[in-house]
Amino acid sequence: MVTPDSGTISVDGARTSDLDPVALRRRIGYVPQDGGLLPHWRVRRNAALVPWLLGAADADAQADAALQLVGLDPRVFGDRWPRQLSGGQRQRVAIARALAARPHVLLLDEPFGALDAITRADLQESFRALRRSLRITAVLVTHDLREASALADRIAVLRHGRIEQVAAPDALLAAPATPYVAELLLRAGLR
Amino acid sequence: MRRSFAGVVALVLSAVGLGTQPTARPVVVASKPFGESYILAEMFAQLLESHGIAVDRRLGLGATQIAYGALRSGDIDVYPEYTGTGLIAILGLAPEPDARAVFARVAAASARRDSVRWLPPLGFENTYAIAVRRGTADSLHLATLTDLARAGHGLRGGFTADFIGRPDGLPGLVRTYGVQLRDVRALLPAVKYTALAAGGVDVIDGFSTDGLIARYDLVVLRDDRHFYPPYEAAAVVGRALQRVNPAAVAVLTELSDRIDETRMRALNRRLEVDGVPVAVVAADGLRALGLTPSRPGDSPAADSATALGERSSRTGGAQGRGSLAEYLRAERGPLASMTARHLLLVAVSLLAAIVIALPLGVGLTTVPRQAEGVIRTVGAIQTLPGIALLAFMIPLLGIGVVPALVALFLYSLYPILRNTYEGVRGTDSGAVDAGEALGMTPRQVMLYVRLPLATPVIMAGIRTAAVIDVGTATLAAFIGAGGLGDPIVTGLALSDTRMILSGAIPAAALALAVDTGLGVAQRMAARRWGGGRS
Repeated sequence: MVTPDSGTISVDGARTSDLDPVALRRRIGYVPQDGGLLPHWRVRRNAALVPWLLGAADADAQADAALQLVGLDPRVFGDRWPRQLSGGQRQRVAIARALAARPHVLLLDEPFGALDAITRADLQESFRALRRSLRITAVLVTHDLREASALADRIAVLRHGRIEQVAAPDALLAAPATPYVAELLLRAGLR
Repeated sequence: MRRSFAGVVALVLSAVGLGTQPTARPVVVASKPFGESYILAEMFAQLLESHGIAVDRRLGLGATQIAYGALRSGDIDVYPEYTGTGLIAILGLAPEPDARAVFARVAAASARRDSVRWLPPLGFENTYAIAVRRGTADSLHLATLTDLARAGHGLRGGFTADFIGRPDGLPGLVRTYGVQLRDVRALLPAVKYTALAAGGVDVIDGFSTDGLIARYDLVVLRDDRHFYPPYEAAAVVGRALQRVNPAAVAVLTELSDRIDETRMRALNRRLEVDGVPVAVVAADGLRALGLTPSRPGDSPAADSATALGERSSRTGGAQGRGSLAEYLRAERGPLASMTARHLLLVAVSLLAAIVIALPLGVGLTTVPRQAEGVIRTVGAIQTLPGIALLAFMIPLLGIGVVPALVALFLYSLYPILRNTYEGVRGTDSGAVDAGEALGMTPRQVMLYVRLPLATPVIMAGIRTAAVIDVGTATLAAFIGAGGLGDPIVTGLALSDTRMILSGAIPAAALALAVDTGLGVAQRMAARRWGGGRS
């Protein structure tokens, strides 16, 4: 959706500039901050979006499986409208929708930012379990360094569009590369 | 049924050689929207029918420009017109006092320019009559237009827009007599008399043969300097009829020089004061002239006159003086068919507008730079007065249903276009972004996200257009397209409040019903596509 100013982006070894953007997007799961569910589609149809776009005959079944994965019973939630769900449930549906076509890469843009603390912790826990069982590459954008250190294998700290440091959470905690990273850790209560 | 019976009669008559000739298409007889014009047109029609010639009536056409325009374009075949009007308003020539000279000039110029033929005059003049209340005339000692110039500066004038603008109207009056009124306002012909009677204005323009002048006990001021040109009434005939059906033209000339001013005034009074239906007034008039057989029931003319009396809300006056409810009950048959026609006009034009405006509105969202200009241009059409739009279209589309549909279509475009554009642009960006990010093509985003989410806004635009359409469609009567405007136009022309209401009330009810119906459709659409919101 945004083209790089310089450099290249590769997904599964292929440059994105060589790929059809629409096909590429269908191969990457995406979870926006506000869920971005289509308000005029029921939960099941929302979750089935990408399989349906890919022409899968069993799109609904894939959607139900994905709903199961994120802890929502498709028999209970499948026929509901998005507006009938809580914020946390909506976000689960958004994750289910991103996962339904079983992509290798998942992109999450502050997925838990707009939720209350308890729901957020709950969802973070489910997400960690999910990622472990699915063995999927996830790029998660967050302002919350605690969230990052709790969920990530590697953290890249960005400031003004430039990378300050890339490291595993432990390494980052142990040796902040710049004063900005150190300040950030301090403010997050991680040091 | 009745129509086919008339058709059979016409065929039989022509087969036995009594009829003039087998007519491929009916003769289209029209009138302008005031009582005398209705009566004369109805007499033309019944006279033709008594000779076995099929007739199609288009009574109450907008005004001079619309009626004459329709004659020139061949949409109508004949209507009653006045030589003075032909001279000044149609041909744009200078006024002159001699009746014979005026007729000769008008007839020659019309034939040359438009291939329109003026049949020999009917036998009476109907000139402008400047009228005041009897009380005003008495207290200010007004008898002539010179008196009005002397004593009229405190009076308020209420004239038709026609009269205010025409060189042989108010401007000429001011030039010739130096008349200066305190205030002049434009009034519809139908409200002039009631406004004068109620004291809202003090001076109006009427017609010298007017029945209403007697009904309201008015004093007509004499044209003592002979300013007005002669307004001799005559049938004007279009080119097609002269060529295709000369026998019909010959029948129409039977009326030439047969109706004098006394007779015409009596006919007008029966219509406008006594409330007798037009068809009956015309039938009696023809019988009195000996042009149709005197015993009713044994001739096609009498048959069609009865038929017309029954569907009198189109051509007739008030039958008796019963209550509005009784009138509506008596007229429910014709009113139902007019309502159906009205609805059809609205439905067809609205559907066409949806087919055009919806894709256009969607397409414009991809070129927002150009969009505003296009939408504003379409919006500008909205500001044209309906009657003006209809008049503009006569040279292109003639009169009748087609130009009415085009006008209604044009009026419906803007609300639908504007709401589609704004609705589609304003869709929830979260849903749109998610759709794009997950791999929907732009077309899929439009079809599955933007359009469904914009549905309530688009439907609101369609509802607005529909309600405007129901109101505007009443104007269609001015160009002979029928619908509920018919009784409104006729009622206005004949100053018959009950008849006006018999069109206005169903039209208002129809607007409400259409809005409610589309509201239900909107809720159903919301349930279907809008996430169960209602």
